[in-house]
Amino acid sequence: MRNFLLTTCMSAVAVFATGAAHANDELIRMSQNPKDWVMPTGDYANQRYSKLKQITADNVGKLQVAWTFSTGVLRGHEGGPLVIGDVMYIHGPFPNPVYALDLNNDAKILWKYEPKQDPNVIPVMCCDTVNRGLAYADGKIFLHQADTTLVALDAKDGKVVWQAKNGDPSKGETGTSAPMVIKDKVLVGISGGEFGVDCHVTAYDLKSGRPVWRAHSQGPDDHMLVDPEKTTELGKPIGKDSSLKTWQGEQWKTGGGCTWGWISYDPQLNLIYYGSGNPSTWNPSQRPGDNKWSMTIFARNPDTGMAKWVYQMTPHDEWDYDGVNEMILTDQQIGGQSRKLLTHFDRNGLGYTLDRDSGELLVAEKFDPKVNWTSGVDMNKSSPTYGRPKVVAEYSTEKADVNHKGICPAALGTKDEQPAAYSPDTGLFYVPTNHVCMDYEPFRVSYTAGQPYVGATLSMYPPPGESNMGNFIAWDGKTGKIVWSNKELFSVWSGALATAGGVVFYGTLEGYLKAVDAKTGKELYKFKTPSGIIGNVTTYEHGGKQYIAVLSGVGGWAGIGLAAGLTEPTEGLGAVGGYAALKNYTSLGGQLTVFALP
Amino acid sequence: MTVLVAPAFRALDDNRQFALARDRPVRHIVLAIMLAGGPFAVGASLAFGDGAGDPTPIKNESGKYYDKQGNPTFKVQSDGTVDWSTYSGFRRYHSDCHVCHGPDGEGSSYAPALSHYLKMKNYSDFADVVVNGRKNVNTAQESVMPSFGTNRNVMCYIEDIFVYLRARANDAIPRGRPQKHEDKAEAATQAENSCLGHTN
Repeated sequence: MRNFLLTTCMSAVAVFATGAAHANDELIRMSQNPKDWVMPTGDYANQRYSKLKQITADNVGKLQVAWTFSTGVLRGHEGGPLVIGDVMYIHGPFPNPVYALDLNNDAKILWKYEPKQDPNVIPVMCCDTVNRGLAYADGKIFLHQADTTLVALDAKDGKVVWQAKNGDPSKGETGTSAPMVIKDKVLVGISGGEFGVDCHVTAYDLKSGRPVWRAHSQGPDDHMLVDPEKTTELGKPIGKDSSLKTWQGEQWKTGGGCTWGWISYDPQLNLIYYGSGNPSTWNPSQRPGDNKWSMTIFARNPDTGMAKWVYQMTPHDEWDYDGVNEMILTDQQIGGQSRKLLTHFDRNGLGYTLDRDSGELLVAEKFDPKVNWTSGVDMNKSSPTYGRPKVVAEYSTEKADVNHKGICPAALGTKDEQPAAYSPDTGLFYVPTNHVCMDYEPFRVSYTAGQPYVGATLSMYPPPGESNMGNFIAWDGKTGKIVWSNKELFSVWSGALATAGGVVFYGTLEGYLKAVDAKTGKELYKFKTPSGIIGNVTTYEHGGKQYIAVLSGVGGWAGIGLAAGLTEPTEGLGAVGGYAALKNYTSLGGQLTVFALP
Repeated sequence: MTVLVAPAFRALDDNRQFALARDRPVRHIVLAIMLAGGPFAVGASLAFGDGAGDPTPIKNESGKYYDKQGNPTFKVQSDGTVDWSTYSGFRRYHSDCHVCHGPDGEGSSYAPALSHYLKMKNYSDFADVVVNGRKNVNTAQESVMPSFGTNRNVMCYIEDIFVYLRARANDAIPRGRPQKHEDKAEAATQAENSCLGHTN
């Protein structure tokens, strides 16, 4: 097989192109088989919806644990398993083991891959040593390691086929995101927004692992792969040096804009979609300007990387509202017309709906009523500030060395990377949310490569008068309205799953796997797993039975910020009453729990 | 007999200084216990103490306080007003340490609570770990802390961070942002500017 590959390497590029089309079609076809779960996002549209309907709103109350598997690792378990035919592939946080489990044989381990990584990468991972999952294509499993190595493993025996080094941890660059296979390429982002990294998305050739293109989130036009005339924002060309003009001097080189979230893809439009994270530092007065293109939704051509359109959601960020959350693609009716839509629940508390072809902004509404830093986005097309959020002066943090109080949401956002789900049956989105506010005080910091470059203090607490730190909501993206909302004691930090059985699943930080009615939100089932859930609920079918699988293992930012409990913000003298402490509900763990009907 | 007398005098001096800031009755109680029970009682009656010893501030150098062994220490007034170092340490801790060690020195799902750690460790233990980092890698765990020795945002404030955590270890301040603090001394601003150098 290897020799064959070598000879094809020598011959014309056309051979690659043919192979490419196969990889692309194969994955699309596979993602339409509801029995499997072939990519980290379920499908290219990132809907996290399954056509499986053996488990229904009527019978889910009878769900039982079918089997379990320990990953052998503690720390935060984000992401979820892949299921392809009779094999399940699961991954873990650092040291990022990968297991292939035989579903015909009670999850016997077919092979295990454990990369050797320098443990010095651990302390440059800002928010726990998480990993958001594996990708599959063309008989290979792809893993994006903490040390930024992208590795392709033979899906049959776990042997390394190729490796590529995507970044440099000594500069604070690390890997946490799941790779995505798009056509003949593997796409991967990079982390390091709290370390002053100049982040990017890179495409590697599927077969050889050679880099094909890399697009940064800030800097000169060719560094960013944008075209001054052809790349548009809200219908207008972005013009020359659109990024450079919005940074002072060379600050863009430590600009951030990191790409550690999810990637979606529209095969008909041939566009990939993802968001960029916060600009470095957290002290806004140290980086005057709009800091483009941090906090931006990108639509790019996957073959060349060139951007078709962009939209910056939070210009000159003052709160760490990363724009990396998933871009969910749906076709829905707006104003009587069927539109190709992109829906995105941003950290900044606004639920956006855009036309994913043109980048036109259709809806931008708060998906948590307590969001207060903005009074809304200017939706007037003829206004000079069209598309910009209006910042409420009281909640701006521009002044350094001042403690800005009562800003909602907190830096961890109304939703972080934990992905929402969409059901075409109800036309609703199911969104795991955080319900937390903050005090934020920026101050002066200096940059050293490989060291944190943060520059702000924050204290977090639920909105005044409330004690629940999370909500699980149903959202209508056409109108920008919350349809129903279930309170949760802690932020809901797991990825949701919607199914044709009319059930929606999510996990809680205490460790409960929950099932609710997709129409009403009524809780139908819950089970306490061994540790808090920050993984994404997944479903598959094997041997005629539908299974629900979820990783438990508390950690991530929730495990840091919520472990000891939040405190009452206005109390300084002899404050007692803190809020619920996560450490009173759960400890570290690392397990996959799989459920089925009896 | 002389053994009894010497510590008594020293203890008296400390308590007089401390008593200026705190309730007067403390001194009287301590005196009574000392006279009653001898040196062991003296040690026990000084209820405050951490890995660095008695945190009572006895020296004030331009708004920075030091204990009798010369360690940086905190000063909390009866109305909760903290010294500038403690306040500065709260901010700097929450900028660079909070991401692993959790809010208010309380620990996270994977890094220890420094407010507990300092009950047993002293300033040089603390500085050693901050400067050099730490690696506990074995079959049971993989805990790694980076070295902050080249990070000015930490090193320029290492005393402040210690003082803040020491105050937490002694339960001298509650969780949360200190609501009142002494003004920042000119000397502190100058030291900060010269230490931080140019910012990016």
